[in-house]
Amino acid sequence: MLDLSAKSPENAAEMSEYNFAYLDEQTKRMIRRAILKGLAIPGYQVPFASREMPMPYGWGTGGVQVSAATLTPEDTLKVIDQGADDTTNAVSIRKFFEKTAGVATTEETSDASLIQTRHRIPETELSEDQILVYQVPIPEPLRFLEPSEVETRKMHSLEEYGLMHVKLYEDIAKHGAIATAYAYPVKVEGRYVMDPSPIPKFDNPKMEMAAIQLFGAGREQRIYALPPYTKVVSLDFDDYPFEASKADHACDMCGAEESYLDEVIMDDAGNRMFVCSDTDYCAGRRAAGHVGAQAVADREIGQ
Amino acid sequence: MNADALKGGFANAPVGAAHGFRAAMNAMARPGKIEVVAGAVPPAPMSAAAGVLLLTLCDPETPVYLAGAHDCEAVRQWIAFHVGAPLIRPERAVFALGTWDALAPLDQFAIGTAEYPDRSATVIVEQLELVAEGAVLRGPGIKDTARLGLPDVSVFQRNAMMFPLGLDFFFTAKDRLVALPRTTKVEAG
Repeated sequence: MLDLSAKSPENAAEMSEYNFAYLDEQTKRMIRRAILKGLAIPGYQVPFASREMPMPYGWGTGGVQVSAATLTPEDTLKVIDQGADDTTNAVSIRKFFEKTAGVATTEETSDASLIQTRHRIPETELSEDQILVYQVPIPEPLRFLEPSEVETRKMHSLEEYGLMHVKLYEDIAKHGAIATAYAYPVKVEGRYVMDPSPIPKFDNPKMEMAAIQLFGAGREQRIYALPPYTKVVSLDFDDYPFEASKADHACDMCGAEESYLDEVIMDDAGNRMFVCSDTDYCAGRRAAGHVGAQAVADREIGQ
Repeated sequence: MNADALKGGFANAPVGAAHGFRAAMNAMARPGKIEVVAGAVPPAPMSAAAGVLLLTLCDPETPVYLAGAHDCEAVRQWIAFHVGAPLIRPERAVFALGTWDALAPLDQFAIGTAEYPDRSATVIVEQLELVAEGAVLRGPGIKDTARLGLPDVSVFQRNAMMFPLGLDFFFTAKDRLVALPRTTKVEAG
């Protein structure tokens, strides 16, 4: 057991009743073996014996278990929920690991060595020394097309992905364009079709990155992974190519034109504003002096 | 039991295993990149790096195959005490440990099934040294190319052709380890 009592007073909030990073060692070994097989077979969903965590399913139990098995005491952890560091899910998971693993935490993307994310990839480009852990609700990209696990497993083994293309085609037939805006399916290294978790399709092109990407689905008991620089192609058609879309607007807070935006309803009159979904990116830009339309308006009212 | 078998495990199991896994994961995610590990002192002929891998990844749920000189009393006892993994014949092994010559033929190990390609063996090959020159590696985890001295080239080319089935390799020497998953395309350098 790790002797936490010998640690310095700044870790006084750390809980010594638990093993390092909450999970027992045998559970971590089982998760670690699944992660290694996931990295060896990019895009393939490795079954694992997901544990009950002290938070409900849907709150990132898969990501938390992957993070717990991956963290070292020297890591600096960042947790984001839809790009934000300050939402309930992100705050509670960050506190969980502060208490059970005693790791340092940060809100700055570039300072973090391990980032657990729900439904976004940070705007700041990730480096080779970083690890990105995704929380995944439904890991099976074919699940809404074929409810049977026996069937979808067979489809993956036979590389039978026609159904997915039919679904995208039906989008075009009904809406005139591929209407899928998030959890947009990708093909990994020309073999496995994979669910990138419900990230906006704006983030799909970022998945060919320098960092290691790990995906954990707690309720569905699956882990999958992408080694750095793995080829990740969003499915599309020659005449309807994939497009990484975002709201056609600049951030009203920091003026960024290249970042993914959230739409915020301001009042009952239908006024709304667009802000960066990545709070660290937006705050960093504002600290550097960038100003968006709403910030300018607020300043004028203030004067 | 020899008292020496009781020594040489991680001094602090959760932290030792966390560091061991980070090295193993970085190695598997970046084929050809050599990682340095510490914390295990297994009996000869097992290397410290192979000891770290076994302590980090193996337990009573993972049958291990010991090949050749590694199948000795000292290693068996050390694994029994520190890891608790059952020792088993090659076809059923989840992990296999030995020198390249002792592990042959490699087709005796499980390569997974079409529906469960993860049910394949991880082979730990003990070497005298690891060198970052020789065969040219390409594939997931490698930006352009990487180089690694390999005991054979055609074996790894055949292994990669079976993708998504196949074996995943760690090569270990002293306190250093490097990995070669089934996705890596190997060319003679």
